[in-house]
Amino acid sequence: MFNYDKYIRKDKFPHIWCSGCGNGIILKSSIRAIDKIGWDKNDVMTISGIGCSSRATGYLDFDSLHTLHGRALAFATGIKMAKPKMNVVVFTGDGDAGAIGGNHLIHAARRNIDITAVIFNNNIYGMTGGQYSPTTPQEFVATTAPYGHIENSFNFMELAIGAGASFAARTTVTNPKQVENFIHKGLENKGFSVIEVVSNCHVQFGRRNEMKSPIQMFDWIKERIIPMSKAEDMSEDELENKVITGVFKNIEKPEYVEEYDKNIMAKAEGE
Amino acid sequence: MEKVKFLEGNTACALGAVRAGLKFFGGYPITPSSEVAEVCSEELPKAGGRFIQMEDEIASIASIIGASLAGSKAMTATSGPGFSLMQEALGMAVMGEVPIVIVSVMRGGPSTGHPTGPSQGDLMQARWGTHGDHPIIAIYPESVNEVYYEIIRAFNLAEKYRQPVVFLMDEVLGHMKESVFINEDKIETVERRKIEMDQKKYNPFLTENDIPLTANYGEGYRFHVTGLYHDETGFPDVSSENIQKTMDRMYRKIYNNMDDISKNEEMNTEDMDILLFSVGTQARSAKMAIRMLKEEGINAGLFRPITLWPFPEERIVELGKKVSKIVAIEMNKGQMADELRKYVCEEDEKKIIPLNKLESELIPPQEIVDKVKEVL
Ligand SMILES: Cc1ncc(C[n+]2csc(CCOP(=O)(O)OP(=O)(O)O)c2C)c(N)n1
Ligand code: SF4
Repeated sequence: MFNYDKYIRKDKFPHIWCSGCGNGIILKSSIRAIDKIGWDKNDVMTISGIGCSSRATGYLDFDSLHTLHGRALAFATGIKMAKPKMNVVVFTGDGDAGAIGGNHLIHAARRNIDITAVIFNNNIYGMTGGQYSPTTPQEFVATTAPYGHIENSFNFMELAIGAGASFAARTTVTNPKQVENFIHKGLENKGFSVIEVVSNCHVQFGRRNEMKSPIQMFDWIKERIIPMSKAEDMSEDELENKVITGVFKNIEKPEYVEEYDKNIMAKAEGE
Repeated sequence: MEKVKFLEGNTACALGAVRAGLKFFGGYPITPSSEVAEVCSEELPKAGGRFIQMEDEIASIASIIGASLAGSKAMTATSGPGFSLMQEALGMAVMGEVPIVIVSVMRGGPSTGHPTGPSQGDLMQARWGTHGDHPIIAIYPESVNEVYYEIIRAFNLAEKYRQPVVFLMDEVLGHMKESVFINEDKIETVERRKIEMDQKKYNPFLTENDIPLTANYGEGYRFHVTGLYHDETGFPDVSSENIQKTMDRMYRKIYNNMDDISKNEEMNTEDMDILLFSVGTQARSAKMAIRMLKEEGINAGLFRPITLWPFPEERIVELGKKVSKIVAIEMNKGQMADELRKYVCEEDEKKIIPLNKLESELIPPQEIVDKVKEVL
């Protein structure tokens, strides 16, 4: 039996999440991934923004920083540059990373700074009561989309890759083992890693869209999963509204802080 | 031994910061502050620190808060529009009690306003820019030489009180070149307090004299910092008593140490017919006016807060009793005149005489002389 106690702040439980919320699965898979990579607990740092998902940092027994809505990656950048020995993991939501914090996501990816960002994508603003997010699918209902949503969704994988992330993967809470594996791969990558985990918010999203139980939401997520190998042979039409899972990018690429030290620090010291 | 350097205000600010022990700068270019970033990008790596140009000012201040929590002395520099973008995170630095220095070189506002001209329009933004009640420290020097020494004091206060410090300049001060007399004997730096405690019993917001004993990230304490109201453990506690208690302590931390934090310059305040109040570069014009008035047999005094916030209330009340009129000379619409009225106007509404101009230049000494003669 895996011993989670080593990594959690037991006195901070019960957590604030609704029962059946997918956030717990992502938290557990993150713990297993961090355990697998074997880092000293004192060298790990978790940073989050604001949202239900962003409360994750408070439950883990590492140094942790719960910041402002959307800004976790910017705080993380300062921490990584001030103390490169820290292994920096960011927990963020689809609104946190894709709306208010979109700019920081793009630029962290562009720099390829060694940070692992885990995006809890529940397709909604959970904490503020079910307003639409950049990943709410069209026609679904949100408290600010009572007539059905009309906007296009963000594709976090295309965004991360386009901006320069060296690792990008998508999975869902219906496959915790895969969540663990992808986060582990992201942690191993020396560079910017994005792991999008499609999750369930049955309370703020499902309830308004005829899926008020976590089980219904799991079924809805599972129905739409297409593994990447299969997706390659499918047309764009066939892939509409589907959740393509897999590792979209995993390459070696110069990491920002190492490059800073190798180039700038070295040259400046020579002067 | 004194070394003399001929420097621009922005350069003196950057070099003073590096002398104070700056190890991380995160910023975004904006006139008239960009030279602070430029000099830091060159000098910091030589001093073993790191520089980054972030994607905007929100990211800039966020990055320095992160770096400071990880143990580095950290700074950003900006001007009005960027300072506005930083306000949310400035509140986070107050709440998390994070030592950082934010330089704001004032230009004409609001909005894009007048990027290349000086103003004193952000004195109140420095005090009340972020939402919610909070204490703040703001320093505003008058000369390039003073910039060099005062930026070191800004870092010292930030470290000592675990408090964000706003360092105000204006376009004139940022771009003017003057001699800086660097005397190592006059420089003292305060280093980050080293915490040595049993990890199991450690709480990051346990306080000593109202100042928290927060360690740095990565030293094995594994603690939590949040922008929510929190207790000594660092974890959220939004009970009404904790909210009141926490903000009361944060106010005490600053206001009980006014002797240490406050710094003013006074000229002729012993024997004066009228008092001039002015801050930053504008005060130099006031000093000239005092000399000119003297020649005409008028004794004017000057009060210049160098630590602008917290406001030197006590001294202003005392000085207010000595004179019947105070002329507040500012490159804004009267921000300090309003503040002065809070402390010196019990009976006489007309005791504070505002002399305000928004002409993107210092108010010249002659206009001050004329004003004094008009009201005396
Ligand atoms: C500057 C700012 N704007 C708005 C908010 C209010 N707010 C808090 S959480 C949130 C959305 C959270 O959604 P998401 O990031 O998807 O996380 P979730 O709660 O769904 O996990 C918003 C809008 C805020 N805290 N700060
Ligand atoms: S509101 Fe949604 S995201 Fe938030 S805890 Fe509840 S189920 Fe989870």
